[in-house]
Amino acid sequence: MSVLKRIFKSNAGVRAPHYKNTAESETLVMPPPERVIISMQQHIGAPCIPTVKVGDIVEVGQVVGDSDKPVSAPIHSGVSGKVAAITELVLPGGVKTSAVVIQTDGEQRVYQEIKPPAVENYQDFLKAVRSSGLVGLGGAGFPTHIKLNPPNPEAIDTLIINAAECEPYITADYRECIENTGDILDGIQAVMKYLNISKAIIGVERNKPAAISKLSKAAAEVSEPGREVAVKVLPSRYPQGAEKVLIYSCTGRMVPPGKLPSDVGCIVMNVTSVSFLAKYLRTGMPLVDKRLTVDGSAVKEPKNVRVIVGTPVHDVLEFCGGVKSEVRKLIMGGPMMGLAMMDDQLPVLKQNNAILAFAEEDVLPGGQSACIRCGRCVRACPMNLLPPSIEAALKIKDTEKMAKLGVMNCMECGCCSFSCPASRKLVQSMRLAKGELRKAQAAKKA
Amino acid sequence: MENRLVVSSSPHLHSGVSTREIMLDVLIALSPAAVASVLLFGWRAAAVILVCVASCMASEYLSAIVLKRPQTVGDLSAVVTGVLLAFNLPATIPFWQAAIGSVAAIVVVKQMFGGIGHNFVNPALIGRIVMMASFPSDMNNWVTPLQGRMVDGLASATPLESMAQGEMAYSYQQLLVGIRPGSLGETCIIALLLGGAYLVVRRVISPAIPLVYIGTVFILTWIAGENPLIHVLSGGLVLGAVFMATDYATSPINTAGKVVYAIGCGLLTVLIRIYGSLAEGVSFAIVIMNVLVPLIERATRPLPFGEERRFAIWQKK
Repeated sequence: MSVLKRIFKSNAGVRAPHYKNTAESETLVMPPPERVIISMQQHIGAPCIPTVKVGDIVEVGQVVGDSDKPVSAPIHSGVSGKVAAITELVLPGGVKTSAVVIQTDGEQRVYQEIKPPAVENYQDFLKAVRSSGLVGLGGAGFPTHIKLNPPNPEAIDTLIINAAECEPYITADYRECIENTGDILDGIQAVMKYLNISKAIIGVERNKPAAISKLSKAAAEVSEPGREVAVKVLPSRYPQGAEKVLIYSCTGRMVPPGKLPSDVGCIVMNVTSVSFLAKYLRTGMPLVDKRLTVDGSAVKEPKNVRVIVGTPVHDVLEFCGGVKSEVRKLIMGGPMMGLAMMDDQLPVLKQNNAILAFAEEDVLPGGQSACIRCGRCVRACPMNLLPPSIEAALKIKDTEKMAKLGVMNCMECGCCSFSCPASRKLVQSMRLAKGELRKAQAAKKA
Repeated sequence: MENRLVVSSSPHLHSGVSTREIMLDVLIALSPAAVASVLLFGWRAAAVILVCVASCMASEYLSAIVLKRPQTVGDLSAVVTGVLLAFNLPATIPFWQAAIGSVAAIVVVKQMFGGIGHNFVNPALIGRIVMMASFPSDMNNWVTPLQGRMVDGLASATPLESMAQGEMAYSYQQLLVGIRPGSLGETCIIALLLGGAYLVVRRVISPAIPLVYIGTVFILTWIAGENPLIHVLSGGLVLGAVFMATDYATSPINTAGKVVYAIGCGLLTVLIRIYGSLAEGVSFAIVIMNVLVPLIERATRPLPFGEERRFAIWQKK
């Protein structure tokens, strides 16, 4: 049965094109822009509240926003300069939040209190992770200090490092593997030490041979009995990097619906996150910049750029030689799961890993035709769902049926819409269905 | 600068596959059998195919106008229905009867139930069944291929008919190549299998339905003490299993459902062939199983990733 399951599951997902055009582009550091807009919502959880006011002078690494809620992460300034305004911002996806606007002075003075954190034990480590401002850098933005503090720390036996980078175009994590291999291994060892985990697996898709050989060599050097680090080569099939799929590929364990990786003894961290952690423990400089892959048919010089968090997207595109044709679609993140932006003045967030600017010809036409029940979406769904049935349940607002069909398992990876010959907007329907179901469940509780 | 950014839900990439492309693949897969039918039954086979395709397309085009629906004749699904209906007719069929079958298939079965993807039974098969009920003698006017190129060729019995009477007049080689009386598209097994292989390679159909359907017929006829090879090679089994039972709209969407459905098709085909008054049972078997598809799908619904297998029917939460 498990053999059958394995064969069956290996078929899920889609063979999305890779478009890793920027894989060999070494990371360039973009100078600080004239002004940064620092969003107070750069993570899953409670938004931060600005801790500075208009007219304050801030320096690199200084906290500008924080929250006393447990699920949140502090936000730091990546520039030195003067707070010009505190405004409202509508992020891609429609979330409204406040933002601190800082006029930079170009001096990039480092905040005086920046020094390597003193970490003696697990509690110190968690505190340090929180003050680093680290969130899941793979795109989700879940606060790392919460992730590293599972309810059952003694049951965690495997640390999985996500270096799959299955989204087309994006090469930011790949560059991290090539450029900062040492930091990645240092970060892994730190997490293993403080959480007492005996095994770490770095998952990399087969289409990145250079990263695989570099990481394998480094992993072999640091591996020791009781603290093993291994590299797992994954098939190049989207969405290998989706948390549940990755855990299954690396360990054969399946995370049940509604459960967390820690329920099957795993913690999953993005490769750039873990590498940043090592850097933070060494220098004490919080998360204030981020490597982005800038690509897409409208970009003149696609490349990987290290950008200060809060830099407007427009400035990043200008740094990449500007645009060669009118941008009709601007995406924050990858083409499969990224969010379309409505404005190029929006700032870069911590968890961003790509900005894609597309010209007219790459914008998908809006129309859709009738479902022909070909089953391509069913074959593609890594969560084993039936998108057409969920769409039908949504049409009649049958929330009971939606729950029965397991719509909450949908992670919006996009495989169904990608493979639909009728171009049905299935992901959009899944999102709407999830919203309807949440509303109905909330009404039931009330 | 004016902001002309398009904001839409992810994903922002598409595989590029379209309904039209899938239907084109099916037509490509049908072409070897179409060529074989012309070689075997002469020009009239081509004429019947043309009449069916033309009347199906016209029905589709006019239905969309009358029902005020978006025009779907361009997706080529009506062409596929036309070719499949023609494949199920004797080469001697009067053209006007073929046209009536086509109208019944497209207007009644497909468009009146909501258009592409919404028909609950296979349109081409219902077209054939309507014609069998309306024009029984013309629908059973079989000619022997190669000799009977004329309209009024030698009327003869199909292998299944002669087998039902206890005699076998055709060799395996003749059955494989299609030198035997029968519907114009069903006889050349080699051409049909070639088309089926193409569809599987192009991932248009899953091999589950044809394999399980044909396998079930083989095993059951063997158990019943008949010659299983002759059962598989004659009648419309291969045409039905590869091209009709795999129709997207009328077969289960999940693999487990496909297997159950195909076993049902095979079982009913054998029951009709051996115990029924008809010599051939593929059309009725598929149509009956078509109707059961929603029930099969409900009973075999796949579980979300990571959920424990509980048999939905008797282990309700």
